[in-house]
Order: sequence, then structure tokens, then C-alpha cells
Amino acid sequence: MEQIILNKLSYPILSTIIFLPVLGALVLTLISRSRESLIKWTALIFAVATFLLSLPLFTEFDKSTYQMQFVERHNWIPAWNINYSLGVDGISVFLVLLTTVSSILCILISWHAIKIKVKEFYMAILLTCGAIAGVFSSLDFFLFYIFWETMLIPMYLIIGVWGGPNRIYATIKFILYTLVGSVLMLVGIIYLYFYAGRTFDILELTTKTYPYNMQFWLFWAFFSAFAVKVPMFPVHTWLPDAHTEAPTAGSVILAAILIKMGAYGFLRFSIPLFPEATKAMVPTMLTLSVIAIIYAGLVCLIQKDLKRLIAYSSVSHMGFITMGIFALNSQGIEGGILQMINHGVVTGALFMCVGIIYDRTHSRKIADYGGLATHMPTYAAFFMVFTLAAVGLPGTNGFIGEFLTLLGGFTANKLVGVLASTGVIIGAGYMLLLYQKVFFMKVNPKVIGLLDMDLREMVALTPLVILVFWIGVYPVQFLDFMHPTVQHLLERVNVTSVAQETNIVRVLMEVIR
Amino acid sequence: MNLQLPDLGPIMPELYMTILALVLLLADLFLKKKEALAALSIVGVGVVAFTLIGSSGVTFGGMFISDGYSSFFKTIFFINLILSVLISIKYIGIERVNFGEYYSLIALSTLGMMIMASAADLIVLYLGLELMALSTYILAGFIRHDIKSNEAALKYFLLGAFSSAFLLYGISIIYGLTGTTDIKAIASYISEKGLVGNPALTLSMTLFAAAFGFKIAAVPFHMWAPDVYEGAPTSITAFMSVGPKAAGFAVLGRVFMIAFATIKPQWISVLIPLSILSMAVGNVVALAQTNIKRMLAYSSIAHAGYALIGIIAANTDGLASMMTYLMIYAFMNMGAFAVIIMLRTEGFKGDSITDFEGLAKTHPFLSALMLIFMFSLTGIPPTAGFIGKLYVFMSAINAGYTWLVLVAVVFSVISAYFYLRIVMYMYMREPKVEVVTSQSGTLGVALGVAAVMVLAIGVYPSCLIKLARAALTGF
Repeated sequence: MEQIILNKLSYPILSTIIFLPVLGALVLTLISRSRESLIKWTALIFAVATFLLSLPLFTEFDKSTYQMQFVERHNWIPAWNINYSLGVDGISVFLVLLTTVSSILCILISWHAIKIKVKEFYMAILLTCGAIAGVFSSLDFFLFYIFWETMLIPMYLIIGVWGGPNRIYATIKFILYTLVGSVLMLVGIIYLYFYAGRTFDILELTTKTYPYNMQFWLFWAFFSAFAVKVPMFPVHTWLPDAHTEAPTAGSVILAAILIKMGAYGFLRFSIPLFPEATKAMVPTMLTLSVIAIIYAGLVCLIQKDLKRLIAYSSVSHMGFITMGIFALNSQGIEGGILQMINHGVVTGALFMCVGIIYDRTHSRKIADYGGLATHMPTYAAFFMVFTLAAVGLPGTNGFIGEFLTLLGGFTANKLVGVLASTGVIIGAGYMLLLYQKVFFMKVNPKVIGLLDMDLREMVALTPLVILVFWIGVYPVQFLDFMHPTVQHLLERVNVTSVAQETNIVRVLMEVIR
Repeated sequence: MNLQLPDLGPIMPELYMTILALVLLLADLFLKKKEALAALSIVGVGVVAFTLIGSSGVTFGGMFISDGYSSFFKTIFFINLILSVLISIKYIGIERVNFGEYYSLIALSTLGMMIMASAADLIVLYLGLELMALSTYILAGFIRHDIKSNEAALKYFLLGAFSSAFLLYGISIIYGLTGTTDIKAIASYISEKGLVGNPALTLSMTLFAAAFGFKIAAVPFHMWAPDVYEGAPTSITAFMSVGPKAAGFAVLGRVFMIAFATIKPQWISVLIPLSILSMAVGNVVALAQTNIKRMLAYSSIAHAGYALIGIIAANTDGLASMMTYLMIYAFMNMGAFAVIIMLRTEGFKGDSITDFEGLAKTHPFLSALMLIFMFSLTGIPPTAGFIGKLYVFMSAINAGYTWLVLVAVVFSVISAYFYLRIVMYMYMREPKVEVVTSQSGTLGVALGVAAVMVLAIGVYPSCLIKLARAALTGF
């Protein structure tokens, strides 16, 4: 019990973040179907309230400790020794915040785009965000699994009901892929439960040591769940379909928070629970990450569909994250966590941008655009910021994250670092090409007369622009949250990362700081 | 000669149930409104359930036992009866079979199940099983003017007769070997005389497995289920997808865990293939169904496979998980059937999967309930179906059957496809036909109870788990 700091705020902050959206969804059931604007405003008010109430996570967080903070703990199912326990540390705190931000953005961006079953849509968005916040803050494996799976139900509906023409195929593929992975993890969780003497407590489980053989099998059982979510090569194929067919808000949830659940799982469970197996699997994991970075990057170059291109770029960017995580050094892991946030911000924003023109033209084909910069200058400016962030231009958040993960990759293995760096070049290639084709070149007659962004759309995107530069210019403020937690994690894995740092790396680190 | 009446305490619920069934039969002669019979049977079952309290004990020279185990199963039977009656009232009117005998037969069938759950002797077991089966055969063919219903009854009867013959054959071999039909005495005789490994004993155990496998609709004894489920009146399909299955599990648990306790490894190796085949055939064949009653028939076969895993774990936790599973299954399956019954109106069958197309647009609330039941049958939290599966898997892993659980979870992913297909039809397609639902208060109550229980157990399973474990003290 030494490892936790109980919630000292006047209200149970984490429960609020999880259940206020759920309450919002329940309130929505009471509103008459025909009063659409009331439905939207109610959903927005609940999302904003959740966000505001989640802010103390940022301001009151104790950066000096790795311990779980804002902890809530109650008996839930004593027969199985299950507790309702929540808490956040340096790994999860930003993911929870990202979730509360995303729910607001999802609601704003769907304001006019969703025309059928409006009530159900906003209910589904709120429920998904609540459940995902639960995933990031659960300290009990059972609770974690409940949220992990519950999230599938509204997400299945979001893609399947409000998605594009091929939505049913996409949503079934999504749910079957994730279910296969999840149930294998469930078997692993139960096995762990009995081995550790009937406990689902994550903190307790991570202090125990397990025989290597067991670590090995459980690592792969957990891998199946997390790798599908990330998604890592070769189980990434559901993501382009899901992203492409999902409504804009669905794509934003997928990109910004849902696929972070996989990377989060590696950090929270796979590494601390199975340190020996993790170390043994590092070469495999790094190889898969590098394949994802390069392969998905190359696939991006030939995409004709805007959303599909960004979806594949997600796979490539998530490759950087898993590379950073499995580099098992402080730069890599911190870079990985930071890049998780960055990717959420940038790719979420890019999907929102695509949604904005899709609402106007109902086309996702790159060939249908061209010369957009002359007709929608504000839009072009916003898109430019996110494109550059995705490319990793210094000064934007993408640079810091990519740089740190590459640093981690180099430290772990030179070849991995070199290969992954080519991914950066490919990334610059496809993003800039995309920008050129859509915004410059000959004006496509189809884009003439399109209205520029309205106030609502700007309000939705501005916070993300701020985040892009805030993290890009002053990353220390974010990295400070992570240091103790990441150090603690690395102690568990027994990797003496500092000793391996070369001088150049150290100098570069100083430059960043 | 001193004739002494046996202690009637333990058998009180059964006596009251008999009286209820007979009263229903008689009242039918005087009452014009058959709805009154439905009300009477629900109130009657309430009284019977009340007599369950404090009925524990052994009577009739050890042939009949009332313990926590039997009481837990009887509770399932009562819930099954009440929910079935609630969803029947309007439905049997639509099918034009609003006869009083319907309620009486349901009561008699439940009586048979109660006797099965309490049987401490193979003869009593057989008695209960036949009472249950005969009543259910009639109920399956209750729509006399419908050829499918007739077919269902006949098939069920013929195959049921076969399974009874298997059971009798098994009982006779046991009797020949041990000279007794008392379940406890059989166990002690086997261990005393060192009969373990005796081929006749193994044969007898296999015959028992076949006969019980028929009742719980486990593969390869499942052939009757799809046709009977499809042909029988929907309310009766719901009734027998829960009741006789639970009763089959009750006797399976008692006979195998007690009488055959000494040959555990043998019967485990018989039940494992049954369980795997049930999950495989049930889930895979369900993928191809176009009739929702048939689909749920295959789903019920698959669920028998999951529940069997609890017995295979062969310990107290395993039995408790099996009991929990059946209780949860009762609620979620009843709920799903209640939705199907709602679609049945005059001149519209409403049992084809395509009838669910676009239901969310015309009936959003009903669709939401069906969504809950479908996700629960798949086993996705926060519904009760997840808790049921989790408990079964936990007990099996604890008993060392991790590989079997791996098989089970893979099949449960396959099952997601056909359960979620219903959700997909409801939410992601446009309505093709105008679906009018048959509204009735009692149907609403049944739906409400089922949905609330599915969610309540899913979020707070503590009570049910405790109940199941407590029921097994002294088992």
C-alpha cells in the first residue's frame, strides 16, 4: 500500500471523469429525439464539464513521485478479491487528459456532420470516452478489462451506424480483431490471478516475479491484445478500414485515444509484469516497429484516399512509439509517451481537417482536390500546422517526440535507429506531397465556391494548434511528469540506460532541455 | 404393522407445485378468461418458492434430498416459469392456442425439473426426468394446427425416448454392478469394491453422459434442438432452452460429482470432447442461420458447451460457476426470446433474422434491449454474460484446463459474429418491412426484469456468486 497517494481533492476526480460522460449519456436518453440542438448542447456541456473537472490532474499532479495518485479504492466483488480502484501516474495522466479533450472535439466536429440517429450518436461518443478514461485509470485488472471491452460496444456502433459506404465490413473487422486479442489477454489475466494468489491488483501484481516460461507465454497473450490495438505490423490491417469508414468523430477517437490503449498496455502491463520476457523480445518488437514505420510509410505514398493515407501514417507513427517503448531506455519510453500524446493531437487534428472538407464535398479522394489554398486560406493554414507537426518540424511537438524515440532507438540498436530515421524522410515525403496535391497545383473545379472554416471548426482546432506549439517549444513541462514513473519502470526492467548513453546523445538531450 | 408417514418437510415445494398444477387444470374448467390462469400460476409459484425456505433435509429413506444445490436450481426453474408465463400470455392468443392446459403443463414440467434437482436416487431422478420430458413434448406440439410444431413435438418425443432408454440402460448396469440406485451408496460401493476401471462402470457412465447430454443439448446429442426450437411455440422454446437444460445440468452435477466421484478422470475425458464439440458446432453452425430461433438453438448448444467447462473443472468452484452461468443464461436468453415474441403479431411471424432490419429506427428502445442481450450472450462486459463466462473460465484455469479455456475463448469470438449480426441488422440497415410489435404489459415486465438483471449482475455480481457458493456448502 506504500505505492499510492489517495485522492485529496474534494471530489473523486477519476470516477467523475469516467462516469460524468456516462451520466450525460443517460440524460440524453430523456431528451426528445426531435430536439437535436438541445441534444448536442447537452452532450457538449457534459464533455466540457468533464474536461474542466479533469484539469486538477494537470495542476495538482505531484511530479516528484512515481506513485499512483488521485487513488480511489473501494471493495467491489469481495468473493473474487476485486476492488474498484483507480489512479494515475506519469504514464497515464496525459492519456486521461487527452481523452477528456478529445470528447469535446469529437462533439464539436460532428455538429453538422451527423444527421441520423443524432441522440444515439452523442450517447455513443460520451460512453466511449468514459470507458476509455476508465481503461487509462484502472488499477485493478478486472476493472481494466471491463472498460477495455465495454468500449467496444459504442465504438462498434459509431463505425457501423454513422460510417461510410463500407462501414459494416470495417466495423466487424474491427470488433473481431480486437476481440481475438482481448480474450487471449483475458486468459492471461486469469492465469496471473491464480499464480499471484488470487489478486487482480495491478500494483501488487507488478511487484511479484514470475518464472521465465510463464512470462514468455503471458507476454504473447498480452501482446495479442495490445498489438492489435496499437496496431503493430502485421495485425494493423483493421485500422485503415476502420479509420476510412468511421465518421470523423470515430476516426478522431480511434486515432487520438483508442489506439493509445495498446501502447499504454505495453507500458503498464507487459513491461513491468514480464520484464525478462520483454528483454528477450526486444529484438522482435523493434523489428516489427521498424517494419511498421517503413512499410506503412511506403504504403502512404500510393494512397488515393485522404483518410486512408492518414490511417496508414498512423500505423507508421505508432511504429515510432512502440520502438521507443521497447528501446527500454528513458529517452525512448519518455519519447514514446510524449509521442502518444503528440500523435493523438496531430492525427486527431488531421482527421478533423479531413472531416471539415468532407462535410463540404463528400469526397475523400485526393484527386478531387487541388488549389484549395486559394479558396480556403484559413483552412490551409491550419492544415499546414498539422502537416508540419506530423512531419516532425522542429518547433512542433512532432519533432520532440520523434526525436526522443529515435534517440532511444539508436541507443538500443544503431541499425534500428538508422532504418527508423528513413521513416522520417518517407513521412516528410507523403505528408508534403499530400499537402501539395490538395492545396496547391491547379485549382480543381470541384473546390470552387467552398466556404472557409466557420467559427465552430476553428474553436475545435485551435486548442490543438496551441498544444502543437506548447509541447514543441516547451516539452520539459510535459516530460517532467514522466521522469519518476519512467525511472521506476526501468528499475523494474533493470536496464541501466544511463550507462549506455553516448556523449553525443547526452549533449543532444541537454540541447532539448 | 406400523405405517409411518415419511417426513414431508423437504418435499413441501414439490407437493405445493403438484397442487398448483392440478388446481390450474381444474380452474381451467370454470374460468373463461385464461389470463387469470397465468396470474394464478405466477402467484402459485411465488407460494411454492416461499416453501423452499426451510425445506432442507433428506426424506423417503434418502431418496429425496433438499439442499442448497437443489434450491439454487429450483430458483432458476421458478424464474424460468415466471418469465415464460409472462411472455406467453399475449403470444398464445396470437397463435390461437390459448388453452388452460398450457399453464398446467408448464407447472408439471417444472415439477419434474424440481424432482430431478432433488433426486438422491436414480429412480427418483428418472421419475422427474420423464415428468419434465413428457410435459415438454406436449408443449412443443401445442400449436396443433401448425405442421412445424407437430414435427417438433414428434422429433423431440422420439429422440427423447431414445435418451430415456439410454438412461435406463445406464441405471440398470449400475444397479447390476452395485446393487443400489442410491447416488451416495453407489459412490461408496465403487470405492470399497475397487470397481474403478471396470469397463461396465465406464459404459454406464458414458450412457449417463449421453442421456444428460441430450437434455442439455450437447453435441453430438443436439440433433433435435434446432428443429424443435424452431417449430415449438416461441414461448416454449424460451422455456425449454433454460429449464430442461438447467435440470440436465443439475443431475449431471449431482450424479457425476457424487456417484462417479471415484472415476473423475474417466468422465472428465468424456465430457471434454462433448464440451469442445458443443462450442464448435453450436457457434460455427449458428453463423449460417437465417431464422433467429434456429440461431438461438445453436447458441444454446454452444452455451451448454461453456457451462460444461464448469463441471469439467470438477470442484466446488467449478460447480458454482456452472450454476452461476445457468442463472445468468436464464435471464439473457429469456430476454432475447421476449424480444422475438414481441415481433410476432397477427399474420407476421417475425422470426427471420431479416425481420430485425432497421428495427432501431422504428423501435429504438426495444432494439437497445436486444443489443444488451446480444452483447451479453457474446460475453462482453458490463453485461452478465461476461461474468458467467469469466467465472467458468476462472474455475477451469484454476483446475488446470488453460488449454480448454483457450479453445472456449476462440469460439466465443466466433460467436460474436452472429450475435452482433443481429445488432448490425437492427442498427445499420434500413427497415424493409413495417414491423409492428405486439405490446403487452406482462411482456414489458419480463423484458424489464431480464434487462435489469443482465446489467445488475454484470456490474455487481457479488451477490450471485456468494449465493452459488453458499448453495454448495455441504455438497
